[in-house]
Amino acid sequence: MFVILAAVIVLSSIATVVTKSIVRAATYLLFVLLGTAGLYFLMGYTFLGSVQVMVYAGGIIVLYVFSILLTEGGKDEVFKRKAKDASWAFLLSLVGFITFISVFLTHGFKAAVLSAPSETANAATTISSIGSNMLSTGENGYLLPFEAVSVLLLACIVAGLLIARKR
Amino acid sequence: MIHLDYILIISAVMMFAGIFGFLTRRSTLAILLSIELMLNATDINFAVFNRMLYPEGYEGYFFALFSIAISAAESAIAIAIMINIYRMLKNISVDELQKMKW
Repeated sequence: MFVILAAVIVLSSIATVVTKSIVRAATYLLFVLLGTAGLYFLMGYTFLGSVQVMVYAGGIIVLYVFSILLTEGGKDEVFKRKAKDASWAFLLSLVGFITFISVFLTHGFKAAVLSAPSETANAATTISSIGSNMLSTGENGYLLPFEAVSVLLLACIVAGLLIARKR
Repeated sequence: MIHLDYILIISAVMMFAGIFGFLTRRSTLAILLSIELMLNATDINFAVFNRMLYPEGYEGYFFALFSIAISAAESAIAIAIMINIYRMLKNISVDELQKMKW
């Protein structure tokens, strides 16, 4: 299962950035996000996986597809990329990738193995404990970021209406 | 046997695919898609570090949750801006956007 998810995520995320058409890139991104949700389910974080599917796959991708079709859906070949820029960017990301991987591999995370459903992880992230942590003001409470996000979403609604309205 | 390294490698591939797309794409919407890839890679890292190194904690879990909410807000605003720019200039390619005035 993990191998399938890993292959889907890796291939789709590379296809997202190399494909020519933007609609196709958005579709590949949908597969990446669903694969990520699958990884969360595999880790036992079911609530996080459902949020990922609902918000990302259900909300953001639909928004992207709508806006792509509203702006330039007809023209497929919109980016003619210059080979020199692309090779520099490829070199840069390859160097960064190799650096990241070497740092991971030299820090001995190999000991940590994902064991199938862990009791402690499940107990820490049941729906009731998530809800009480989210709304508690105590030592490990997340009420302040919760309220900050709600203010952010309100500001986002107002700004979205203000920016995209017809003049 | 799923090691932590394997998931970190997956998220690193996703992150650098996003960086590559961010640097090479010419359409602003495609750049936004690359940004979503990068944000998603960081979410995976938060969740997996929490799950495998500190299974009794939930800090990474909440970080990933709030990060999803914030990236949704960010992409909504960015798309509103793109649609507005397209309405005014009929183009959203970064090569063509020369003026910052309305």
